[in-house]
Amino acid sequence: MTDTPLSAPGAGVGRSGRVALWLRGAGGRIVPVLTVIAALIVLWYVACIPMNAHQSVLLAERSGAEVTPAAASERRNMGGIALSLRNPGPALSAAFAQDRPVLPAPHQVAVELWDSTAGMRPTSKRSLIFHGWITLSATLAGFAVGTALGILLAVGIVHSRVMDMSVMPWAIVSQTIPIIAIAPMIIVVLYSVGVQGLLPKAVISAYLSFFPVVVGMVKGLRSPDTMQLDLLRTYGATGGQTFWKLRLPASLPYLFASLKIGVAASLIGAIVGELPTGAVRGLGARLLAGSYYGQTVQIWSALFAAAILAAVLVAIIAGIERVLLRRMGLAR
Amino acid sequence: MMLVIFALVLWAAGFALNARLATGPAADTRSVQLAVPAIFGLTLIGMWELIVRGLEVPGVILPPPSAVAAAFAGELDVIWADFVQTFVKGALSGYVIGALAAFAFAIVADRHDFLKRGLLPVGNFMAALPIVGTAPILVMWFGFDWESKSAVVVVMVFFPILVNTVAGLADTQAMQRDLMRTYGASYVQTLLKLRLPAAMPFIFNGLKISTTLALIGAIVAEFFGSPTLGMGFRISTSVGQLALDMVWAEIVAAALAGSAFYGIIAFIEKRVTFWHPSHRG
Repeated sequence: MTDTPLSAPGAGVGRSGRVALWLRGAGGRIVPVLTVIAALIVLWYVACIPMNAHQSVLLAERSGAEVTPAAASERRNMGGIALSLRNPGPALSAAFAQDRPVLPAPHQVAVELWDSTAGMRPTSKRSLIFHGWITLSATLAGFAVGTALGILLAVGIVHSRVMDMSVMPWAIVSQTIPIIAIAPMIIVVLYSVGVQGLLPKAVISAYLSFFPVVVGMVKGLRSPDTMQLDLLRTYGATGGQTFWKLRLPASLPYLFASLKIGVAASLIGAIVGELPTGAVRGLGARLLAGSYYGQTVQIWSALFAAAILAAVLVAIIAGIERVLLRRMGLAR
Repeated sequence: MMLVIFALVLWAAGFALNARLATGPAADTRSVQLAVPAIFGLTLIGMWELIVRGLEVPGVILPPPSAVAAAFAGELDVIWADFVQTFVKGALSGYVIGALAAFAFAIVADRHDFLKRGLLPVGNFMAALPIVGTAPILVMWFGFDWESKSAVVVVMVFFPILVNTVAGLADTQAMQRDLMRTYGASYVQTLLKLRLPAAMPFIFNGLKISTTLALIGAIVAEFFGSPTLGMGFRISTSVGQLALDMVWAEIVAAALAGSAFYGIIAFIEKRVTFWHPSHRG
């Protein structure tokens, strides 16, 4: 990055230094990001044409237009790009407005997203807010439990050498295995003992957020260096005082980094937890139902709803982190 | 009931042994550091076996480890076929394609500062999203066989590797770059001799994160449709048949595959970045 100082000739003319800094930072970050996003959207629109070409040409033929090659069997063996080049008119005009497109256009997804959130009562079975809330409640319940247990275990690990040596290697190894594979089993086993609904999904979410929190928190609780620990010893601090006044505050930056990973993992756990049993409620159920019935627009809107939910959750944690660390004087 | 009491005794014995080892004089030797977690794991497995048998928990809720081991040994050819389908064909091919695509993208983005500043936040954002959700779409596009699993894996591993590589390529100091300039090194020479080696710790970080993601992607994608083969398929159908010993056997296989995959990447990392402070001494 080319950061010229604020005091360079002509810099920040007519503005206060703070505003000029903000504007420079915003221009330096927002413009490239918006450009990249705009490029992605344009790419998406362009990709719609060949992806949906077979269906657009079929529609044009049914409405009586001339299409080349006339035989449907010949068209089936052609690639989407070749087909749209041979029939530019129909391919272009019908690509963005199909009911069940192979790739829905961005505005179709946006319209569906708007219709199923703002256009409906939140209690309706077709509302994404309803399904999102089902998934979100399982996510938050699991995340809270997983984080609490993770912090407790981390405190135990830091204070007991036996636990550290026996549990910590397993906590690290468990990060390398695809834990999500146990999701279907947890659902079915809990179902067979009569537990269903929110709890099984919350168990999976808790399990997924548990290990990142343990590993991050152990690292954080160990982050005070010998000098700081020695200082507290010269003050005659007890073990409890060392924990509350030094270790815990020092661990917060690490904790928040793990929380951001953990909440994203929790959401994935809740969504995946809805898949194997054919649940009827929740974002995962919307994905599954959409894939069964070929409702591509519904899949994409559920996917975007999940993405927005994840982004909001991570942003909330990042916001808390920023405020808290600034008040503690830890912010960089 | 005897067995449950025996399980508690076993727990106490294991814990006492570990406590002795961990606080004993030999606590810092390598063998003790390996022995303590091993004893802990074996104690847990022993307790699981004894409690399940002692309380007569039905096998459709929690099978004892011996039944899981029997299923693993008995169905080895099925598990091997599932492993090849899911891991070798689905996860590994997607991992390689995704990693290569991410490298290529990162090197292009690195040449253009504008692209880098735009791509890095977007990539960071995308890496936090539940990308598994693209699985139904990609299964619809690429069919039920391993191609669709591979595609899900490509999308899942792409962003972590991209973000890490771009961050790594920016991790040289001005002094080092200036030195290369005084040597009259071209862009390619600087890239190959200075910046790529310097980026290796970051790149391997991305590669290590992605090993787990690759297996998760391949397994979850099979929940949306697969041929009658594969770890995700076997797990979901065996759960339906209440053959939980088979499910656990597949989970053991997935865990072994995941740890081995991670271990291999970590081993290569140690060889490539031997100069890095975290691997010295």
